[in-house]
This record gives sequence, C-alpha cells and structure tokens, in this order.
Amino acid sequence: MRHILGVLVENQPGVLSRVAGLFSGRGFNIESLTVAETLDKGVSHITLVTTGDEMIMEQIVKHLNKLVNVIKVIDFREVKFVDREMALIKVKAEADTRAEALRITNIFRGKVVDVCQHSFTIEVTGDEGKIQAILDLLSQLGIVEVVRTGKVAIARGRKNSTKR
Amino acid sequence: MKLTGAQIFFECLKAEGVEVIFGLPGGVLLDLYDEMPKHDIRHILVRHEQGAAHMADGYARATGRVGVCLVTSGPGATNTVTGIATAYMDSIPIVVFTGQVPTALIGNDAFQEADIVGITRPCTKHNYLVKDVRDLARIIREAFYLAHSGRPGPILVDLPKDVINTKTEFKYPKKISMKGYKPTTEAHMGQIKRAYTAIGKAKRPMIYAGGGVISSNAAKELKQLGEQLRCPVTTTLMGLGGFPAPHELWLGMLGMHGTFRANMAVGNTDLLIAIGARFDDRVTGKLDEFAPSAKIIHIDIDPTSISKNVKVDIPIVGDCQDALKKLLQLVKESPIDDLEKVRKPWLDQIQKWKETYPLAYEQKDNLIKPQYVVEKLYELSEGKGIIATEVGQNQMWAAQYYHFSEPRTLLTSGGLGTMGYGLPAAIGAQAAFPDRLVIDVAGDGSIQMCIQEMITAVENNLPVKVAILNNQYLGMVRQWQQLFYEKNYCATCLKIAPDFVKLAEAYGALGLRAHKPDEVESVIREAFASPKPVIMDFVVNPEECVYPMVPAGAAMTEMLLA
Ligand SMILES: Cc1ncc(C[n+]2csc(CCOP(=O)(O)OP(=O)(O)O)c2C)c(N)n1
Ligand SMILES: [Mg+2]
Repeated sequence: MRHILGVLVENQPGVLSRVAGLFSGRGFNIESLTVAETLDKGVSHITLVTTGDEMIMEQIVKHLNKLVNVIKVIDFREVKFVDREMALIKVKAEADTRAEALRITNIFRGKVVDVCQHSFTIEVTGDEGKIQAILDLLSQLGIVEVVRTGKVAIARGRKNSTKR
Repeated sequence: MKLTGAQIFFECLKAEGVEVIFGLPGGVLLDLYDEMPKHDIRHILVRHEQGAAHMADGYARATGRVGVCLVTSGPGATNTVTGIATAYMDSIPIVVFTGQVPTALIGNDAFQEADIVGITRPCTKHNYLVKDVRDLARIIREAFYLAHSGRPGPILVDLPKDVINTKTEFKYPKKISMKGYKPTTEAHMGQIKRAYTAIGKAKRPMIYAGGGVISSNAAKELKQLGEQLRCPVTTTLMGLGGFPAPHELWLGMLGMHGTFRANMAVGNTDLLIAIGARFDDRVTGKLDEFAPSAKIIHIDIDPTSISKNVKVDIPIVGDCQDALKKLLQLVKESPIDDLEKVRKPWLDQIQKWKETYPLAYEQKDNLIKPQYVVEKLYELSEGKGIIATEVGQNQMWAAQYYHFSEPRTLLTSGGLGTMGYGLPAAIGAQAAFPDRLVIDVAGDGSIQMCIQEMITAVENNLPVKVAILNNQYLGMVRQWQQLFYEKNYCATCLKIAPDFVKLAEAYGALGLRAHKPDEVESVIREAFASPKPVIMDFVVNPEECVYPMVPAGAAMTEMLLA
C-alpha cells in the first residue's frame, strides 16, 4: 500500500540525509519526497510518499520519530488531508496540434509558462488523478519531457501539521 | 571570560564528570592536546584508534557511565568506525570526539579530511559537526545526554581545528531542549495491567531478558519478578549477568548456542515476557516457529524494537526498570493464587530438560578442553571477574561456562560480533576498576586484531589477563565448515602463529602457556597473582565445537547436541 507521511524536521545540515539514509539503510521505499521551510525558519516540512504493509509503515513512522532532528511525524492514514502535486510538461506543439494542446491545458486549468517554436511548457497542479489524466491526453500530442514535484500534503481543518 | 574551544572542551568534560579519555593525537588536535595537561583528566594513549573506541565502550559497559574517546581527523576518525558500530549495535553510551580540518577547508579534500559525520551517520545514535565555537558547549552537553538517555548509543562530535582554537564566552548550558528528542521512559500503567492479567492466566510463562535489563540497572527487579512469579528466566548474550546463573529459575542463555532447556522452554512456553531484548535472529532462529504457542509481552525503551520481526501482543514502551517496578507493585497488590501448584508441572518439565541435556564436555587427560579453561577461570576467580570476550567459539564458551551472577561483568560484542573487541574493552574496564580482576577470554585469531593494545595495558599498569583459547583455527568459522561444508577448512587454519608467550614478553607483559589439562590451574593462578598484564596461551583441542547449536534458519528446538 502507498502512504503519505508529513515529517517536521529541525532545519539542520544533514537532516535530509538522515531521513533518506534511514530509508535506504533499512530497505524502505521512497516514492517521492519534497521538502521546504515552514513559517518557522528553524523547521522544515517533508512530504514523503512511501509503500509498505501495516508492519512496515509502523516501523517507518517509529524510525522517523526516533531521529533526533525529527520533531513530529504526521501519518496521513490517520487524518483527513489534501494533497497536490505540480507538473511541468513540455509538449510538442506544431501548427496542427497547438490548438488541441491549449484546449487540454485550459480544461485542466493549467498554464502555458513557456512557448517555443516546436513546444509549449505547461504548468498544471492537482491531485495524482488529475496529473495522470492530463499526461495521458497530452501524450497523444507527444510529450517531450515531464518534471513533477512529488506530492505535498496538509491535514484538513485546524492546525494539525505545520504549526507546532 | 572568553575561552578557546580547547578550554571549553575540557570544562565541559569536567562538568560531565569524565575521569578518563582514551585517545591518540594528530595534526588538527594539537591545540587540544596542548591544553590537556592543564586539566585534571586522565588520558590513556592507545596504539590504534579502534582500540580507543572499544576501550571507551568497555569502560561504559563495566561502569554504566559514558565512555569517551578522542581521535584525530581522517584516518584517526575512520579507524574508530568499527568501534562505533560495535557500540551502536549493543546500545552502549560512548562519545567519540574526532578532530576535523578547519571549517574553511571542509569539502576540499584537504589533507586528512574525511566526512566522518557522513560515514558514521548510520552507526551512531546521533552525530554533530561543530561549525561554530559558540555551539560547542551545547553540543557536548547534548552529546552526553543523548548517549546515556533513552536507548543508549554512541554519539560522534566532529571538531574542526578552527573551532578548537577560536575563543568565545563560555557558559555550560544547564538545561537541554531538543524538540525532536523525548524518549518514553515511563511505562504505561494500562499496558502493565494487561500484561499482568496475561501473566495471571499463563501456565507456562518464561522471561526472556536482554541487554536492556543491564543498561537500565534492572537486575535486582528482574530477580524479584522471576522469584515472585516463580517464572523461569533466560537471557540473551547481552543479558548475561542480569540474572544470577546459580539460581534455580535460571534457564541459561537461549539462542543459537543456548542451552537445551532454554530453547525447549521457548518452544513450549505459553507466555513469553521479553524485557529489553530485540528478537535478534541469533535468538529467534526460524521466525515462524519461534515461541509458536506463546502470547508475547515486550518491554522495551525503543518503540522500533517492538513488533519489528515478531508480532507482539502486549507492547510496553518504557525503561525496563520502571516497567518491572510497576509490575512488581501489581504482584504485591494481587498475588497469583496457588502459585507453587500452578507452576509445578512447568518447572518439573524444565528440570527434566535440564537433566536430559545439561551443558557438558568431557575433559580427558591429554588435550585441554577450552570449556575446562573457562570453568577454571570461573572457579579460581570465584565468579568475581569482569570478563571481556573476543568473538567466535571463545565468546560462546565464556557465555556458557562462566556463570555470570552480576550485571556489567560480561563485556562482549553481541550485535556486531567484532573480533578484536575483547582486549581493548578489558583495558577500558580495568581503567575504571584498577583493583578488580579483568579477564579477556580470547581466540588465537581475534586477539591478533587489536594485540597492539597490550602495550597500552603495560604502559598504564592495567593488569588485564588475556586467556587465549588457542585452537589454531578461526574456530567458529571452522565449526561451520565442519558441520555444513564437509570439513573444507578453507582459510581458517592459523597454525602459522606468533609465539604468544614471547609476544607477551616483548610487550613487557607476562607470558604463560599450558599444554596439558593439569597445567591449566597453575597457569591461571600465576596469572592472577601477577601484578602485570598477562597473556595465557592455552593450547586447546583444535576441533572442539560449541554445542548445542541451532543451525542457521532452523527452529530453536532443532538443536545439534554433539
Ligand atoms: C572483524 C571480524 N572479522 C571476521 C569475523 C568472522 N568471524 C567470526 S568468528 C571468527 C573466528 C574467530 O577465531 P578465533 O578468534 O580464533 O576464535 P575461536 O572461534 O577459534 O574461538 C571469524 C573469523 C568477525 N566476527 N569479526
Ligand atoms: Mg581460534
């Protein structure tokens, strides 16, 4: 099973490698990982997508908590949350496909952020399903390159995650 | 007043009550060593930094306090890695200070630069690179606190040269605040009650205790619990000494080379009470068949140890001593009815197992049996020695035949299985207890891995007694070759060996040898009587094997008995 975890860490040098090293050293998977500062400059938030059965997930959460620089682990299996991902998609845009590319972008509320002679770069944000859907559609026109951020997630409702 | 990093370093060690450092200097540490004589601290100069780490570890295991070592950058630092990993696997509190190139040069492949913080990240509980002298006091304070609190472990602090010689205002932080570090030490009362209910229902309960009992100083409570529940007790290698071996409820060690009765008990128990142990594969054997009919209670300070490989029914996170005290309170408040009668069939069964296959060997009058040497060491030291071991058969015979009764009297590399650990660990313990008898039960292979520390023992008047069970083999590996590889003794023969007696003499120690069983006792007596470090070379039966043995991957009850 696939799961999302939020990890609040002290903004210390090496903290990311402690988290990453934990996963590689213990044979856990990381599917995606994003990290950035929170409102508190001393604290960063990592959103991590991982896979594992119940026993492995329990171990992952416990091991993360055990790291000295980890302040808090939010297990999104236990709370309602919203998650988003952004993709930058460079799609072929020749005379006969430009209109279609733009139409698809609009339907998905994407934005064209760069235009070249033979391609558009499209920015689109959404949950995984939405990103996958636009990728499927655009692939018929010819995708040159895709860069995705990986998920970020936040608990719904009142302060549960990034505020300490 | 402003102090240099070097001065702050020593002020902090003083505040932490450090009495001895094991170390070896180098370029980036010159300022620190220059400052050292002005402070009231003992420095023991090692001959290899692996030795320094093991000495700090041996000191820590024997005393329960934090062991400290100090080494230079680059090769000095990398030489400690085996010692750090050894302490990490066995949860031993040490602080390793490493010199580092000046901060401005870090990352430049400077002379004697190594990314030791990166290298040791997976084998320390936590580590630090001090980038600013203003952080130094806080970091040292945190390092000591982290080392001994919660689940103990090694901490490394990397000290760049410029941090050591820059001045700043010194204030030793009274309080520690680490947002991300709050170990659970108090056991949850609700869980303790659940555990006691299960204990009340059990017909064939047993206690399986590990190193956590030693590190939380809970041996007294363990004994009380065993007695008050009339519950037999086994321990892991790391737990030996946590329960007195001569006790009627003592099952002996369990696991790959555990006793027949301990392993049979695990196979038949209906309630396994695990205390400060971590279900290591050398203990569980084949996982599906480990304690197949048992409910499992697991007390441990580290939540990651619980349900890691064996599903636990009643987890209790907390300090072992705290948990045991709470359990004992419940026993006192509501004792189990007819305890004697309820337990009798189970204890009778265990007695039968004990009589069927006791630990045994036969000492004939030609070749010395290694087990006999260990028993003689036990006898002649009246069980009062601090025993360090190397790794291999020597370690298992020490575990089986030196009947440990007190915690902190066995120093052995359980988790990592580090050959070369024993001699420096013994030296570390002897530095803490100059008047006690400290013995390294060694193999002829292992002893050569840190033999250079003999001179450290001689120089510092640390009269450790090394007893080499010289079987002229890397014996434990040879045993596997004998049993599972048709005696293909590839690369395990050590017949070409140094003369250990002469070697001892070359170091200025005493060298003694025994070839015959009837020489064993007099050699040991002479060694114990000597004020010097001693190497005893016991030429033992080369093809002796350690039994019982559970082959790797087999169930615990499938033991080879001879
Ligand atoms: C540093 C290290 N290298 C290799 C091993 C693998 N190993 C385990 S036991 C053993 C043999 C040890 O020989 P010796 O010290 O003579 O002890 P014996 O088993 O003969 O008592 C070896 C090589 C180890 N545990 N540690
Ligand atoms: Mg040997």
